Amino acid sequence: MKFLFDKDTWQEIYSSIRKNKTRTGITIIGVMWGIFLLVVLLGAAKGVENNFNKLFGDFATNSVFIWGQSTSKPFKGFQEGRQVALKIDDIEKIKQEVKGVELIAPRSQDGGLVIRKFQSGNFNISGDFPVLDKIQNKDLIYGRFINDNDIKEKKKVCVIEEEVYKQLFEKDEYPIGELVNINGINYKVVGLFKESQTIRLGDNIHIPFTTFQQVYNRGDNISWMIITGNAESSIVQIEKDAKLIIKNLHKIHPEDKRALGGINLGDMFKKITGFLIGMQFLTWFVGIATLIAGVFAIGNILLITVKERTKEIGIRRALGAKPWEIKRQIMLESVFLTSIAGAFGIIFGGLILMLIDATLGKGPDAALTNPTVDIPIVLIAALTLVVLGTLIGLIPAQTAVSIRPIEALREE
Amino acid sequence: MIKIEKLHKSYPIGKDSLHVLKGLDLHIKEGEFVSIMGSSGSGKSTLLNIVGLLDGHDEGNYFLNGQKIENLDEKKAAILRNKFLGFIFQSFNLITYKTAVENVSLPLYYQGMGRKERQKIALQYLEKVGLKDRADHLPSELSGGEKQRVAVARALATKPKVILADEPTGALDSITSASVMELLKEINRDGMTVFVITHEEDIAEQTDRIVRLKDGVIISDELTAKKVNA
Ligand SMILES: Nc1ncnc2c1ncn2[C@@H]1O[C@H](COP(=O)(O)OP(=O)(O)OP(=O)(O)O)[C@@H](O)[C@H]1O
Ligand SMILES: [Mg+2]
Repeated sequence: MKFLFDKDTWQEIYSSIRKNKTRTGITIIGVMWGIFLLVVLLGAAKGVENNFNKLFGDFATNSVFIWGQSTSKPFKGFQEGRQVALKIDDIEKIKQEVKGVELIAPRSQDGGLVIRKFQSGNFNISGDFPVLDKIQNKDLIYGRFINDNDIKEKKKVCVIEEEVYKQLFEKDEYPIGELVNINGINYKVVGLFKESQTIRLGDNIHIPFTTFQQVYNRGDNISWMIITGNAESSIVQIEKDAKLIIKNLHKIHPEDKRALGGINLGDMFKKITGFLIGMQFLTWFVGIATLIAGVFAIGNILLITVKERTKEIGIRRALGAKPWEIKRQIMLESVFLTSIAGAFGIIFGGLILMLIDATLGKGPDAALTNPTVDIPIVLIAALTLVVLGTLIGLIPAQTAVSIRPIEALREE
Repeated sequence: MIKIEKLHKSYPIGKDSLHVLKGLDLHIKEGEFVSIMGSSGSGKSTLLNIVGLLDGHDEGNYFLNGQKIENLDEKKAAILRNKFLGFIFQSFNLITYKTAVENVSLPLYYQGMGRKERQKIALQYLEKVGLKDRADHLPSELSGGEKQRVAVARALATKPKVILADEPTGALDSITSASVMELLKEINRDGMTVFVITHEEDIAEQTDRIVRLKDGVIISDELTAKKVNA
């Protein structure tokens, strides 16, 4: 170990490298490229993954949206082309009969003219149950979301989006308790929420579901529903089961594919996750293959230089260098080159990631979010390099001492 | 110092083998200055390499400083070379990317000596060969004679018991040859055993004893006139 801290050891390496600038440069670039690719690709993959996670954001990822469309098949005396209107009772049925459902939220939506003092604007009005907050995790700035009491008493209260607030209120005005007029009826503002950065459902103003039913004269009709599955269940299966029940209740042909619309977030999420895993796998594969190729290049070039330096090694041995001293010098050279290359690769990779972050990772439409590489991964890569460097250095080191000094010296 | 009994050496050449040294007996005592002469291919270098532990022998005995040389692994050989032997080659064999002083201090490095001390000793020996002012020159910046003097300094640096020189003046003109020979004589006067191969009679005449080889056998072994008269 002492020799590692010996200035002479390093001076030997320094002079050997200085003497072989080009080959040192080339080999360093090989390994550097490998680890650089690994860092940049892993970082970019992470950035894309972060981006997807941000996209889904606070939304329960194992959820499905279902709404009614028009039928595409005649069934039980009904013509095709009939408009399907989901009912509030469907919710109860699904809750009872579909296994694995965790939450289910019926929703009603409409547009409306909203006026406050001298300000006005057209916004989406949604009738909701408190459960929506559990599914979507509303980011409330002030106040609260719709509660059970609002539902029960059909209260004229509303929860408004920041955008609505900005249009209808003065700057710095406290909105809670204020009245806004929606389609001619006054509602008291009980909450203010931040617009979702992720999955936008187009909600501007939430009012109690029951209030909505009454005011907009919807009867039992709902616009659409959100169902979330619990951890053990398959959301794809839940979607199938729920749709089947709805088809049954609404006398829709079981094979009718158009009658019910649906977006399955869980399914999308799974596909994206699969894609991300595939991407990471590819990254590792490409990075490691490049790395190994780089390390082999180092080994190969070291072998060439050992042959070039046969005579020099012969001289050293005539002067009393023990075989082990020759060997460890060459191995250290190999480890040193791979490590230096690795360090540069990591540094450049990091810089490129910073550059990517600065150019592609900013703003709401960013392609990536926070592209980073975990330190343990970098350390593992660096360690792998040192180990590979040692192993690959063994070959030229062995070659160097396998030539007898007399043969080495004779070579002209 | 060096004692050889019935030494044989052959080189395998394809399926045959070339018998190069055919039973040599030679005894060189401490402090002697011996030259070997003989036509090309007579086995001079082969002998010197065996003496220098750069190559092994097939048969016979070899004692270096009283120690029998047999079954030597490379590590032991390296230690013995470093401790007892100093080499001077016809083609100098300096390490091209090291300066004169670095070349001279290299055997000391393999002795495990610290850097400062090495530097000091190397400079002393460069001074001894008259090249102190060239200490930081690379071999490519030195003349042939200067290179060989650096090589002499390097051979001396570990204070070996024996200096082995294979045609040390072979690549030099007569004037620089003379200066290198002067050095060897001086070393010998200081008590070192010097064993030198040469082709040139006048070089051999400057040594104390001439051994003549022909086809792998010693055909004569006598003191020079200079020694006899002394
Ligand atoms: N490694 C080897 N393999 C095969 N043959 C060898 C080897 N080394 C030397 N020889 C042969 O052994 C013989 C003696 O060689 P050596 O180098 O000892 O001669 P030398 O007396 O030093 O000649 P020169 O004056 O030309 O240097 C030569 O015929 C040479 O070809
Ligand atoms: Mg020879």
